Amino acid sequence: MAGGALLIRSVATGMALGVLFCGCTRASGDNTELRVWAFGAEGEALAPIAREFEQANPGVHVRVQAIPWTAAHEKLLTAYVGGALPDVAQLGNTWIPEFAALNALEPLDALVARDSVLVPRADFFPGVLATNVVDSVLYGVPWYVDTRVMFYRTDLFRSAGVTRPPTTWAELRDALARVKKVQPAGAFPALLPLNEWTQPVIFGMQAGAPLLADHGTRGAFRDPRFRRGFEYYVNLFRDSLAPALASTQISSVFQEFAAGRTAVYITGPWNVGEFKKRLPASVQNAWMTAPLPGPDSAGISLPGGSSIVIMRGSARKSIAWRFVTFMSDPARQARFYEKTGDLPARRSAWETPALASDPYLAAFRTQLGRVMPMPAVPEIELIVQTVALAAERAARGRQTIDEALASLDAEVDAVLEKRRWMLSRPLVGATK
Amino acid sequence: MSGVLVPTPPARKPRIAPGWWFVAPALVLIVVFFLGPVIAAVGLSFTDFDLYALADPHAARWVGFRNYGRVLHEPLFWQALRNTLYFALVGGPLTVAASLGAALLVNARALRWKATARAVFFAPFVTTLVAVAIVWRYLYHPRYGLLNWLLGHVGVHQIDWLGDPHWAMPAIILMATWKNFGYNMLICIAGLQNIPRELHEAAALDGASPFQRFRHITIPMLAPTLFFVVIVTMIGYLQLFTEPYVMTAGGPLRATTSLVLYMYEEGFRWWRLGVAAAIAFLLFILIVAFTIIQRRISPRAQV
Repeated sequence: MAGGALLIRSVATGMALGVLFCGCTRASGDNTELRVWAFGAEGEALAPIAREFEQANPGVHVRVQAIPWTAAHEKLLTAYVGGALPDVAQLGNTWIPEFAALNALEPLDALVARDSVLVPRADFFPGVLATNVVDSVLYGVPWYVDTRVMFYRTDLFRSAGVTRPPTTWAELRDALARVKKVQPAGAFPALLPLNEWTQPVIFGMQAGAPLLADHGTRGAFRDPRFRRGFEYYVNLFRDSLAPALASTQISSVFQEFAAGRTAVYITGPWNVGEFKKRLPASVQNAWMTAPLPGPDSAGISLPGGSSIVIMRGSARKSIAWRFVTFMSDPARQARFYEKTGDLPARRSAWETPALASDPYLAAFRTQLGRVMPMPAVPEIELIVQTVALAAERAARGRQTIDEALASLDAEVDAVLEKRRWMLSRPLVGATK
Repeated sequence: MSGVLVPTPPARKPRIAPGWWFVAPALVLIVVFFLGPVIAAVGLSFTDFDLYALADPHAARWVGFRNYGRVLHEPLFWQALRNTLYFALVGGPLTVAASLGAALLVNARALRWKATARAVFFAPFVTTLVAVAIVWRYLYHPRYGLLNWLLGHVGVHQIDWLGDPHWAMPAIILMATWKNFGYNMLICIAGLQNIPRELHEAAALDGASPFQRFRHITIPMLAPTLFFVVIVTMIGYLQLFTEPYVMTAGGPLRATTSLVLYMYEEGFRWWRLGVAAAIAFLLFILIVAFTIIQRRISPRAQV
């Protein structure tokens, strides 16, 4: 016991001396600790970058905490309530409106304007950068991006007589109908899991739907544009071009895809690696990615991914900003891709051979130039989940399209009631 | 009590009874850490406290019973209630049956290694639930899981235990039964050991078979214990949370979303804390109802 106490005391003394010593030698070095939170695999891959930053900035210690994705959102909000937010954090870009509403994020417009060489706005995919803007204030710098494209079986397309990937909805439908004929009996050409909100939202937005009306305070799902996309989506199920299944009911997408029971799957870049790894060798040369088709010409998709934000409560904002610019360096982003498979947010980083030469990534690059953010309201996650439920009701035939959209509007209006009240209050606005 | 000397106070001044001083520390703790939060939660359930209110407390509004009305009109609430009752009404009796079986086994005179058996049966109860749930997730794996491998030998086809809405709740019940029967087993053993041996001996002399003795002596003598154990287990099971939280996240198709998990999601996923508080009190009412039923059914098993 006593020995332990002695040990602790001597270590503590040693550390105190060390600190003193460091303070003496590094005359200019402010011995600061920068707390950074990142999530999942990105959190782990960030540690070496943090070391690099420490070497470039003597006296700064970066403490990276890697938090599992499943706990990330709760952890951030509880830290907000408890006043324990870090200086810098990775933030899923759909969460930005929420944390902006909490007034937890530092506006970055002035900093970006000042350091426009290090962080040039024009070098980011515009649709992705837009997810970081709430009420025309920039709150985050895109770090890595993702978006959904079409993964399809080239051999099935070819034997169905479809020579190039479809670029319009009509071509897509036609291709699916033809592919169905060459598929095993009872199979469905497209896979659009009913529990995923992304597909119905994408189809609606491709048709030009704004999703919300009145400054994001009311649902606009009966809007003819959303109805058009929604109807197209629902009809894929009604015409047996997609199975009415949730992803939990599908034991393995890779198996279905390998067996040709699925020929088209709309999903994100994480599945490029998975497909390479999990598909059997026999179909490894029989799949490709393609940008999403749209109603009349190439369609838009949704910008996903993560941004880096600085917390408003941070006491070390200038170092935090230096770290943000460090992370968004194109060369560093390209190396980060090699390590994690995360697609860089900087367009110049895509010029590196690893990214430019990968045939599966070409579709993502094209698609990232055509992404459009969803309305920047804090309730968006709950709203899109509600869209998925309405789409499921319509796809399973439990409601007609108009019934589903009417109840969707009613549900979304109920979700947004508080926001309407907040915006109608005098003095303060909801997002300020 | 009667044997303790209590000195009478010299003057009859109206003072705080000394008993209060003795209970004061405990009372303060209860008020600060239990009663206070409970009252605050009641208040919270009548407001629309949410994300906006976290940023600015003035954004919380008094909404009366609207949260309760909203929850009661929410299909997900009723599904969560059904799931929870399913779990409690099936899992509760099943756990008790397993406990009784284990207790009889451990109590049987023929069994050797009694202490070991008891320890083995009791071990799951004292193991961390999250660790256990993760291990069971492996056991339930549709392709590589031990359970499907065993079932494969008797010709049962692969079951997607945690991925199929019909099987997910049975899978969770099975795990919870395994996890919890050890504790009830101890209570059952105590109950069994309270049954006078003479009863069994007399019945045996009269020519009663072991099964008849079990049916006509053990069960009636153990009934109060069993009632107690069933009801307490079911009340505990109404608060199902960790198993689905760790193993299924409430899916597939919401088949394992329990009331507490639903409350947690409303509160800490969507940050509608007012609604979450309302759900908590609806759950409280449900548990009170179960407790009253328990008192009605088994007046002898007073706790």
